Amino acid sequence: MVVTFLRRELVLLGRQKADWLNPLLFFIIVLTLFPLGVGPEPNQLRIMAPGIVWIAALLSVLLAAERLFRDDYRNGVIEQLVASRQGLMAFVLAKAAANWLSTGLPLVLISPVVAMLLGVESKAFVAMMLTLLLGTPLLSILSVLGAALTMSADKGGILLALLILPLYIPLLIFASAAIEAASMGLPYSGQLAILVAMLLLALALVPLAVASALRINVS
Amino acid sequence: MFKWLHPLAKPETLYHFCGRLFPWLMLSAIGILLFGNLWGLVFAPQDYQQFDTVRIIYIHVPSALLSMSTYTMMAIAAFIALVWQVKVAQWSVLAIAPIGAVFTAISLLTGMAWGKPMWGTWWEWDARLTSQLILLFLYLGVIALYGAFSDRQTGGKVASLLAVIGIVNIPIIHFSVEWWNTLHQGASITKFDTPSVHPSMLWPLLISLLGFYLLMLALVCLRLRTAILEHEQHRPWVRATLGGH
Repeated sequence: MVVTFLRRELVLLGRQKADWLNPLLFFIIVLTLFPLGVGPEPNQLRIMAPGIVWIAALLSVLLAAERLFRDDYRNGVIEQLVASRQGLMAFVLAKAAANWLSTGLPLVLISPVVAMLLGVESKAFVAMMLTLLLGTPLLSILSVLGAALTMSADKGGILLALLILPLYIPLLIFASAAIEAASMGLPYSGQLAILVAMLLLALALVPLAVASALRINVS
Repeated sequence: MFKWLHPLAKPETLYHFCGRLFPWLMLSAIGILLFGNLWGLVFAPQDYQQFDTVRIIYIHVPSALLSMSTYTMMAIAAFIALVWQVKVAQWSVLAIAPIGAVFTAISLLTGMAWGKPMWGTWWEWDARLTSQLILLFLYLGVIALYGAFSDRQTGGKVASLLAVIGIVNIPIIHFSVEWWNTLHQGASITKFDTPSVHPSMLWPLLISLLGFYLLMLALVCLRLRTAILEHEQHRPWVRATLGGH
């Protein structure tokens, strides 16, 4: 069932290219703004780069989050799913997976180019890739939660950001700690383990909360 | 206990119950807070290292503890509202949230005022401070989420769901000082076997804590009464009680 839903999501994403291209472009544009804003001093940029990349990733995932359930809510798909009393959990998982494939994965794939632009060292670069690879799925899951909570709200957009950004804080802390440790040549497997733990915990519990948020929003 | 609690799910009964409770809670809160805080802020001894700044503890620690207990209380009410569909539980979530938010803000502000002379900085991104800040955002998120829906019933349910989800933050705040080596010190009053605070400071602290708890309960009663009236304003019993037209 998850596969069926996932295929549907991917077909939809394939037809609405703006949904996944815009966040990616947003990511790149935010990254080019930073050197202009803080000054193009290479040493300074190299130190700030991992943090900049992570903040840009947070914001672009957030940008994609708002549209996650909008269309399905408006055309009644979610109502039908809730009424049919099955498949809601699979739907949620497929949403999260499709969201990651369309926004998280492109960020991971483009991050080598970005790292080169910002002059990240190779030690820190591997850590940055790894944290992005482990962290962006968590971003997707949490943004699905935020989108589900605010689905039928009148002023959803900015509220979604206010709800979800605080939940991103722990992730940001451990991701940047891992990159910092890596750039100083220290082991960072501990921080990565915590990222994996947070991801698994979210994967186990958040879909339950999302499913009940969807039910509340259509009742 | 359920036999005793069950009638309270009826808004009218709860309204009168809170009304009877409120003056006692408020009066004792004022009395105990005056006593505890005067003792702490004026008569308790200075710290040998921190001098008078240690007196911030009589506001900081109670408000920080309260911010977490209030959240737990709100989350329990939210859980009851979601699972058993008790409407007064849902209203009490929204009655409790602003009170908890204010306590959290007080604990953060007094912590900053204490951090400046002791640590030499207003703010440090350590685990305790950051998780407490997230708690403030969670409170504000619950309030904002409720306000975002035109249908109050849906808004209340969604806000309750967020309150339940946010409970994961409470153990993180509590254990943050043990799990991470942080600037913020570890627990010193919740380990009763070997308290690391001298009795001359511990007693006024505990009395202030009790006062803060009573104040919180009194405020919850007051806000819950208002919420009940607001939601039930078209019911006959409200008109009969208030003598309106």
